[in-house]
Amino acid sequence: MAAELHVALVAADREVWSGQATLVVARTTSGDIGVMPGHQPLLGVLESGPVTIRTSDGGTVVAAVHGGFISFADDKLSLLAEVAELSDEIDVQRAEQELERAKAEDDAEAQRRADVRLRAATAAR
Amino acid sequence: MGAQLRVYKRRIRSVTATKKITKAMEMIAASRVVKAQRKVAASTPYATELTRAVAAVATGSNTKHPLTTEPENPTRAAVLLLTSDRGLAGAFNSNAIKAAERLTAKLEGEGKEVVSYIVGRRGLAHYNFRERKVAESFTGFTDEPSYADAKKVAAPLIEAIETETAEGGVDELHIVYTEFVSMMTQTAIEARLLPLSLDEVAQEAKPKGEILPLFDFEPSAEDVLDALLPRYVESRIYNALLQSAASKHAATRRAMKSATDNAGELIETLTRLANQARQAEITQEISEIVGGASALADATAGSDR
Repeated sequence: MAAELHVALVAADREVWSGQATLVVARTTSGDIGVMPGHQPLLGVLESGPVTIRTSDGGTVVAAVHGGFISFADDKLSLLAEVAELSDEIDVQRAEQELERAKAEDDAEAQRRADVRLRAATAAR
Repeated sequence: MGAQLRVYKRRIRSVTATKKITKAMEMIAASRVVKAQRKVAASTPYATELTRAVAAVATGSNTKHPLTTEPENPTRAAVLLLTSDRGLAGAFNSNAIKAAERLTAKLEGEGKEVVSYIVGRRGLAHYNFRERKVAESFTGFTDEPSYADAKKVAAPLIEAIETETAEGGVDELHIVYTEFVSMMTQTAIEARLLPLSLDEVAQEAKPKGEILPLFDFEPSAEDVLDALLPRYVESRIYNALLQSAASKHAATRRAMKSATDNAGELIETLTRLANQARQAEITQEISEIVGGASALADATAGSDR
């Protein structure tokens, strides 16, 4: 059996996703990072952006993560985010509307959030 | 119907209506406790992981951070008091307020100036009535706090602790909230949130004596700690808000249960009194009739003569 890592994607108020995976790609403040089983223990600060998880059964889970941390040790990886959404929970239309509105109101924070959501949704497709 | 009886009947009706209301409130509170407990449970994974991460930085590096270093002589302390927006919860709010006042007195005894931050209308009303200064207050979300609410509460506190004491900042942050022990027991407790004792966090993160691995920090231990500590404070405040909400609902449930029980007892007593009054009325009527009849009989007997 190929080595696997146990991934837990946790938001402040719920556990968003957890399961076995072979590869996790996330964006830290110093660039994209890919974690595979056996990686050295790691603790990093995440940028807002999509996180891609390749599950052991060959599927892909994409989630939009708005700031947070990645911590990896003993083949257990946890992604901590204040807000995290799986790509299939994201309403693309609403995110687009949000983006438009944020652009119109010049709200950088909201614009970034909507942008991350859209990127996660498109990456999953 | 006699006046006495009518008064009893009216009181029974009004107490029955009150009983229905308190019964409904009891059931609403009971369902909310369960919901609040579920929220506490849902927020636990995040809190545990965050604690682990803080412990990892604490043991894996000897980084110094304003949020973890003890000031040499602390002069100002912030106290965050969590109360509820609404009453009808027995001694819930007064217990929390009393605990906060004890803590304030203790801190002032140590020569520290206390800055109060208050969550919930009840606590705010208490302080306003006594014309005490409140640095900042937050209301309107105590029944069902969200993480965004916790962030809103944490933001000015973190800002205050990061400011130099001479410029109006604080050295310590204490929190007073009601811990949800069980449905029957909720205790008001106080805890020092900041400066954070990293050893304690490390204790909490690995109670089984497990050894944390040597982490590689990305981008650096300082930056990770910088980003981590405010989140840790937020998550602790969020947890306290949730526990306080669960405790409030449990206290309401208990208060409403005893109100319902009392109303039931009162109805019983009033019913007995009403029955007695009714019987007395009937007895009186009978004796009046008998008396009247015998008087009539006496009168007619007299006229025969």
